[in-house]
Amino acid sequence: MNGTVLSDSLIMLRRSLRRMRRYPSLTFFIAGIPVVLMLLFVYVFGSTLGAGLPGPSAVEGGLDAYIAYVVPGILLITVAGAAQGTAISVAMDMTAGIIARFRTMAIARASVLTGHVLGALIQTMLATLLVLVIAVVIGFRPSTGPVEWLAAAGLLALTAVAISWLSVGLGLHAESVETASNTPMFLLLLPFLSSGFVPAESMAGPLAWFAEHQPFTPIIETLRGLLMGTPIGDSGVIAVAWCVVLSVTGYVWSLRLYERVPATAAQA
Amino acid sequence: MTTQTPKTSAIKVRGLRKSFGKRLVLDGIDLDVPEGTVFALLGPNGAGKTTAIHILTTLLAPDAGEILVGGHDVVRRADAVRRLIGLTGQVSAVDAQFTGEENLRLMADLHHLGRDGGRARVTELLERFDLIDDAGKPAATYSGGMRRRLDLAMTLMGDPRIIFLDEPTTGLDPRSRRVMWDTIRDLAAGGTTILLTTQYLEEADRLANGIAMLDGGRVVAQGTPGELKRLVPGGNVRLEFGDAAGLERAALALGADLASRDDASLALELPNEGGVHALRELFQRLDTAGVEVEALSVRSADLDDVFLSLTGRRDGQEVPTP
Repeated sequence: MNGTVLSDSLIMLRRSLRRMRRYPSLTFFIAGIPVVLMLLFVYVFGSTLGAGLPGPSAVEGGLDAYIAYVVPGILLITVAGAAQGTAISVAMDMTAGIIARFRTMAIARASVLTGHVLGALIQTMLATLLVLVIAVVIGFRPSTGPVEWLAAAGLLALTAVAISWLSVGLGLHAESVETASNTPMFLLLLPFLSSGFVPAESMAGPLAWFAEHQPFTPIIETLRGLLMGTPIGDSGVIAVAWCVVLSVTGYVWSLRLYERVPATAAQA
Repeated sequence: MTTQTPKTSAIKVRGLRKSFGKRLVLDGIDLDVPEGTVFALLGPNGAGKTTAIHILTTLLAPDAGEILVGGHDVVRRADAVRRLIGLTGQVSAVDAQFTGEENLRLMADLHHLGRDGGRARVTELLERFDLIDDAGKPAATYSGGMRRRLDLAMTLMGDPRIIFLDEPTTGLDPRSRRVMWDTIRDLAAGGTTILLTTQYLEEADRLANGIAMLDGGRVVAQGTPGELKRLVPGGNVRLEFGDAAGLERAALALGADLASRDDASLALELPNEGGVHALRELFQRLDTAGVEVEALSVRSADLDDVFLSLTGRRDGQEVPTP
């Protein structure tokens, strides 16, 4: 009679998916920002930035080389951008009082939050696919086999899980829906300070150090390697490790916040 | 932990204390709610009613005290408690983006009622709470009363044995309030234990078998409405007369002292419990004295008097009573 974590999470996932179906514009909105950024970087800065890239590909033509270089970063921007929507829907649940109902029911404690994470994962993967299709339309030509495709999708999913758990925590931590829509913005900025748009070593001293050591850089390097065949080195292991560490941190943090009394309930 | 609890106690609280930072909200509360009864926590805003509800429903941890709900400790056996209870709080716990039917379906799924069983129960609850015509509309478009009904319907999905209602009629129009009262009575008639909070003395008087008056985090009185009313002097009878001579003769005939005389409005106010027998005796004495009475009013003690006599002030609320 008491539900398992899995069955309760699936019920909560259905709730997230229903909301997604009801407001499909949200998924397009998530894909919108990265698409605009991609067009901007490729068609405005692309030739110049592409010519400055190291390696033989730059000689053939700046624009094409830059498309090949920037798309993995754009895909990561898509994943990071979805964080805002997740944080907002979690914060909306919290302020709407429905969480108080869930917390007084005999359902698996983590299931409400897991439902949000699984929903966000599906939404993120759909938005990423949309961005990828547009990237191919404007000239992105990945040189990769089915195994690499699968690995790339897996890495994106892993990153999406890590970011979703962090956003669930941010959504729970926020006192209001407004705060929840602002705090995840730093996640959108991080890919710019990585090797996503220009090589990390081309940045100014301290920034280059930061770019080389922050989680997005190994993830982007691995993705680029899988899609374009550039060397991956130890980036793969570091990327996966970052994802696991961030997921576990986000999960533990979120569950602790979930157990805490909602701010609205402490009144009166 | 079940040994010291008699079977008849749905809720048993001993020495419940809770503070938020330095603010002491509950200062040693004892409660006893027998199974199948309606119990009201009565008190002004800030008395600690909602905090007590949150602790009893496992939303909030107590600082101290022994709290048993359905025989289970709310801290150590929270999940066992959750299987027995339902909560309709002050903040609406419906998903405004979804329709009434979808909200109820979600509850049916979480209670694992199965596909057919769940559907049947959703329809039953929609009909019972008069929501069938609006079942397909998002809850965001519902009126306050409809939302409260949907909220309660969601709470009832799992057939809880003990229901907590935090100010169930605050902000409702008179018609919706009456519907809510009927629902509460129906549930109690079906054997469900109900603990509700209210600021309205009338509401507690009408619905509850037992009342605890809460003030400043303490229970200042506990008992049946009748028992509480007996804590204050009984009611009185007010007699009004046509002229000063009438008042004079009546006062003489009834042996009324000076304090009960209201010379300005030519009235007498006498202690009298207002029963038929007592009134008949009163009129016989007035007839013997040949006094005509212009107007008569009987007033029995109400919970307002109890609150006044226990706390030394009228109920501190600013909200108008229903």
